[in-house]
Amino acid sequence: MAFSGRRMLAELKVHARGNIRSREGFFFTLIFPIILILLFGAIFAGGGVSQATVYVQNLDAGPASVSFIQALNATSSDCSPSATTGLCLRPVPADQNFSQYLSSRSAADGIIIPQGFSSAFQADQKVNVTVFQNPSSTTSQVVYGIVSEVVNGFNQYGATGVHSVGIEPRTVVGSEYKYIDFLIPGLVGFSALTSPMFALVNISSTYRRDKVFKLLSLTPLTKTEWLVSKIIWYVGTTVLSFILMTVVGIYVFGAHIAFTWGIGIFLVVGPFFFVSLGMLVGTVSNSPESAAVVGNLVTFPMMFLSGTFFPVSSMPVYLQHIAHVLPLYYMIDGLNNVMIYENYGPGLFDAGLLIVISIVVFALAVRFFRWRED
Amino acid sequence: MSAIEVAGLEKSYGQLRAVGGVSFSVRKGEVFSLLGPNGAGKTTTIEILEGLRRQDGGTARVLGLDPWHKGYELHERIGVIPQGFKFLDYPTPREAIAYYAALFNRRVEPDEMLRRVILEDAANVWFQNLSGGQKQKLGMALSLVNDPEVVFLDEPTTGLDPQARRAVWEVIRKLKNEGRTVMLTTHYLEEAEELADRVAIMNHGKIVAMGTTGEIESKFGSGQKMMVKAKDDLLTYLRENTKLQVEGEAGTVTIRLRDKDDALVALGAIEESGTDWGDLNVKRDSLEDVFLRLVGEEGREEGTE
Ligand SMILES: Nc1ncnc2c1ncn2[C@@H]1O[C@H](COP(=O)(O)OP(=O)(O)OP(=O)(O)O)[C@@H](O)[C@H]1O
Ligand SMILES: [Mg+2]
Repeated sequence: MAFSGRRMLAELKVHARGNIRSREGFFFTLIFPIILILLFGAIFAGGGVSQATVYVQNLDAGPASVSFIQALNATSSDCSPSATTGLCLRPVPADQNFSQYLSSRSAADGIIIPQGFSSAFQADQKVNVTVFQNPSSTTSQVVYGIVSEVVNGFNQYGATGVHSVGIEPRTVVGSEYKYIDFLIPGLVGFSALTSPMFALVNISSTYRRDKVFKLLSLTPLTKTEWLVSKIIWYVGTTVLSFILMTVVGIYVFGAHIAFTWGIGIFLVVGPFFFVSLGMLVGTVSNSPESAAVVGNLVTFPMMFLSGTFFPVSSMPVYLQHIAHVLPLYYMIDGLNNVMIYENYGPGLFDAGLLIVISIVVFALAVRFFRWRED
Repeated sequence: MSAIEVAGLEKSYGQLRAVGGVSFSVRKGEVFSLLGPNGAGKTTTIEILEGLRRQDGGTARVLGLDPWHKGYELHERIGVIPQGFKFLDYPTPREAIAYYAALFNRRVEPDEMLRRVILEDAANVWFQNLSGGQKQKLGMALSLVNDPEVVFLDEPTTGLDPQARRAVWEVIRKLKNEGRTVMLTTHYLEEAEELADRVAIMNHGKIVAMGTTGEIESKFGSGQKMMVKAKDDLLTYLRENTKLQVEGEAGTVTIRLRDKDDALVALGAIEESGTDWGDLNVKRDSLEDVFLRLVGEEGREEGTE
C-alpha cells in the first residue's frame, strides 16, 4: 500500500473540479473571505483599538503612588471588550523587566512609577513617571494625553500645589496596531476553520450514505491519500483566502502586515488540523443531518471564542480560559505573533503545539474513518 | 481453478440472518447469476465477495484471495457495480473514467470505454445531471477500467429502458467472450435466462436452487404440460377413462406429460371424447414459474432498494 502521488493528484483534481463547479464551493473559497473582511473591516473602520491597555509598574511603596494609580484608575473603565474609552490598567510586578514585559506582550503603552515617588512628592522634589509610548500609535497619544491630565490634576491637588511630578517619555519602537490588523489573522483562522470543517463533516457522512467510500475502497486509493489530498486542497483555499483578505485589508483598510515565513506554517498546519478534525467528527454519525449538528457543536465555540473577531486578551478572563483550550486560538494567536507583532518565540510555540495535535487528530481520523463496513 | 469459492457463508444483522450458510463456486469464465426476492441476501453475499463486508462465518475466496483481508490486492483484479450506483456529483463520465484510470494506473481511452457502454452522448454531462440509466452505464464503464478478471454486477439493469438493458446485455456477453467471470444479480428472470450459464435462487439468506436454468426448470418445475381449451366434460372424460394427471381451470384443461406415451394417450383420449376442444399447446414451467413456486408469493417482501 505505497503512497502514490499520482493517485493523490487524480483525487485532488476531481475534488478541485467539483468545488469549482459547485456554487457553494466557489462562494466559500472566493467570495466569502472578501465579504467577511469588507464587512468586519467596515464595521470597525478607523476605530483603532477602542480601549488602550496600559501596563503599570509601581516601584514605589509609599501612599502617593497609590493615590496616583487611583487617579489613573478614575479615568479608566473596566477592561471589557465593549468599553470604548479610557484606559485598561494592568499591573506589572515590581521584579519584572518592564521593557521586556511590554515587548513579550506586544504592547507599547506602559507607565513606571519610580522608587521614591512618594517621598519625593511629599518633599516637593521633582519626580518623573516614565511613560512608554509609540509616537506613531493613536492609542499611545491617547494614553499620553490621559496621563498628562492625571499628572496635572495630581500636582494641583497635591500637598502644596507645587508642580513636582513630571513625565519622562520613553519611546517604544513598533508600529501602530489597528483593529484591522487583528482582524486579518482572526479571519484567516476563521476560514481555515470553517471551510474544511463544514466540507469534511458533510463529505464524510454523505459519502458513507451514498456508498461513495465503498466505491473508493474498491480502487487502489488509500484513506491516507484521500485525506492528504483534501488537506492539500484546503491549504490551497486557506492560502487563497489569506491573499484575498490581506489584499483587501491593505488596500481598503490600510492594514499593517509583516509578511514572514512563519505565516506559511500556520496556513499549512491550520487546514491540516481542521480537515482531520472534520473527518473525525464526520465518523460520529452516518446521517448528514446529525453529523452537521455534531460538527456545529465543535465549530461554533471556536468560531467566536478564539480571537476571530476580537483579540482574546480583550475578553473576560473566564472566556480567555476557554479560548486557551480551543485549537483555533493557537492558530490565530500564532498568526498574530508572526504577522503583526513579529514575535517569533511565542509564534513557534503556537505552531509546535498545533503540529503535535494535528498529527494526533490526523492519525485518529485515519484510524476511525472506515470506508467499508464490518 | 474456480474464480469464486464460497462455503458456509454467514452474515447476521442483530437477529436477522441476512446470509445463512451459503455455498457455491463459480468457474473461471462463467456467468453466474444470483436471483431472489428483495431482502434475500444477494447484495450482502456479493459485497462479502467484494471485500466490502466481513462475514460472520464460513469462507469466501475470490481468485484465491480472502476478500476482506486481501481486499487491496483483490480490488486490482475485480470490477464492481454496487446496487444503486452513485458517484460524485460533478465529474462527467469522461472525467470519471480518466479519474479511475489514474487511480488504477491504467491506460484507457475514455471515449472507447464510453462507446462500449453506449454513453458517448452524455460524455460531458455532470454526473448529477445524468439520467438513471446513464448513471448505471457509467458504473458499468468504471467497473471495467481496470480490465478485471471477475466482474460483480449488482442489479446492473434496474431502471434501464429495454434498449439500454439490451445494450448492457451485449456488454455482459462481450465480457464473457473475453473470458471474464461475471457474477450478476437481477430481478429480471429473462435476463438470467439470457445471460447466465448457471443461476442460484436465494431466499431468506439461503440458496434454494442452483444449476443451469434448464436443470432448475426440470428439477423444480412440473415438466411438460399439455393445455387444451375445453369444457369440464373433457376433464371428466379424461379422469374416468385414462390414468393421466389432469387439472381443469377457467376453461382450460391441463394434462401433465410424464413421458412420451402420456402425450399420445392424451391426444387419443381427447379425440375419442367427442367433446368440443381447441387451442392445444404443450409447454414447460418457465424459470419464472419455478422461481415463484420456490420463493413463494410470501417471499416477496416490500422492496428494500
Ligand atoms: N447494513 C445492514 N444493517 C442491517 N441490516 C441489513 C444491512 N444490510 C442488509 N441488511 C438486511 O439483510 C437482508 C438482506 O439484504 P440484502 O441487501 O443482501 O438483500 P438483497 O437480496 O440484495 O435484496 P434486494 O433485491 O432488495 O437488493 C435484508 O433484510 C436487509 O434488511
Ligand atoms: Mg440487493
